[in-house]
Amino acid sequence: MRETFAATVNRVLDQDPRTALVLAVISNGMFRRSARKHPGRVIDLGIREQAMIGVAGGLALTGMRPIVHSYAPFLVERPFEQIKLDLGHQDVGAILVSIGASYDAAEAGRTHQSPGDVALLDTLPGWTVHVPGHPDEVRDMLEQAIPGDDRVYVRLSGTTNRAPLPVGPRLNVLRTGSPRSAGVVLAVGPMLDRTLEATADLDVTVAHTATVRPFDREGLSTLAAAAGNADVLLVEPYLRGTSAHEVSEALADRRHRQRSLGVARDTELRAYGTSAEHARAHGLDTEGIAKAARDFFLV
Amino acid sequence: MTTTATFSRYADLPALIGLMGGDEKHDGASLSTTDVLWVLYDRVLDVTPATAEDPARDRFLLSKGHGPTSYYAVLAAKGFLGVPTLRGWAAFDSPLGHHPDRVLAPGVEIGSGSLGHGLPLALGSALGLRAQGIRKADGTEPRVVVLVGDGELDEGSNHEAIAAAGRLGADNLTAVVVDNASSEHGWPGGIGRRFEVEGWTLREVNGRDHAALEDAFTPARDGRPLVVVARIRNGN
Repeated sequence: MRETFAATVNRVLDQDPRTALVLAVISNGMFRRSARKHPGRVIDLGIREQAMIGVAGGLALTGMRPIVHSYAPFLVERPFEQIKLDLGHQDVGAILVSIGASYDAAEAGRTHQSPGDVALLDTLPGWTVHVPGHPDEVRDMLEQAIPGDDRVYVRLSGTTNRAPLPVGPRLNVLRTGSPRSAGVVLAVGPMLDRTLEATADLDVTVAHTATVRPFDREGLSTLAAAAGNADVLLVEPYLRGTSAHEVSEALADRRHRQRSLGVARDTELRAYGTSAEHARAHGLDTEGIAKAARDFFLV
Repeated sequence: MTTTATFSRYADLPALIGLMGGDEKHDGASLSTTDVLWVLYDRVLDVTPATAEDPARDRFLLSKGHGPTSYYAVLAAKGFLGVPTLRGWAAFDSPLGHHPDRVLAPGVEIGSGSLGHGLPLALGSALGLRAQGIRKADGTEPRVVVLVGDGELDEGSNHEAIAAAGRLGADNLTAVVVDNASSEHGWPGGIGRRFEVEGWTLREVNGRDHAALEDAFTPARDGRPLVVVARIRNGN
């Protein structure tokens, strides 16, 4: 996904004079050619993440379309007040693109992990949040976002699904359960393939989205209405329950149960190792999702 | 005589400020900036109510957004704001609050109040104008002026922007630091030195001297951003 992001942005920098890329050293080697060709529009501020967001806000105030990139904890958590004030409060936009996802940098430890990024941005109004599950989706999302003026977060991951899915505001339905089905499973971004595998022997509807904000409440409500039970299992790659309030809103008019899977909220996982080992520890591997699904759907 | 003409002079600023009451905590912060703001809008900045949306206008960013009564008074004196608007300030339906909001207040370039945001925004604006090659009708480059307080410089975000602006050679950027010695731990060697070592051109002046301020704001166009340290002392 990171390579697709770089290739897409290098191309749009050539094509669209409104675009600017703002960096704080991370990934700058992938943009050297663009930095030579467009020196005023590829701005590497050094390791200065607060200024990175402030500068993006200033660029947007003059009519430009800034794309800002770093590791998720440095892009979202460190300069969070800048995101709130220098973009949102100024009523200007930018496209923030993170790498690292929740625990992609497992070997690097807690300092380079940010499972709370989407929940944190969710405290601010007006953000579109994309969680792509395939590199082709990254390209499509960026091409859709760049002509706009709004606030967009694209969360790149090292984990991908086998095939890309259509990018857009609507849920994609991958499998439709019977009228007597146990409920709906909603997998976000790169969690889709393992969720399909984990629920292969269950009578459930499986849907997917790579765009979690705005959330397709109407789509989920329709799927829940058609299922045998209005029970929803949410599988997200970041902090557990991040979209639980959206599910509640979507199903506010009907009796329902819901359960959220995601990165543990109640403990800091102090372990290195691999991304796959972290997924297992959080119950986000295929086995963990399968067990949670059987427990929740009472089968 | 129109209302605007009645309240359009430097001598009218106290009366305009007097229309806004109830923020005694920030009075000092406001009054320390009155002369700098007046000189900028009266003699330096190329922006009027008629050109407030022009991409090629000069921009003034008030980073030190607390105590904005002088700012509102100057904007009213220059016709960006209606004088009667000042009376309702900080009320629910007023566009003017204890901290300015660019979305609500005409002529206000940024929403500010939380310290340490204006200088990075100003650097981004300067780089954005430059990257787009924006020029005024006379061919000159618009400039970006940002006002920060000396206490505000305690915020680390400013130091990120000070260093980056110097390295990037943003000479369409001017920072004016109103130094009323309000920084908690002070700045040994003077505030200007912090900018100078990062490649800025430094000018230090009496913050009440209009002619000196006007001279200090004259662009150097030497490839370096400009910082004007305007000293304000109690009773000065």
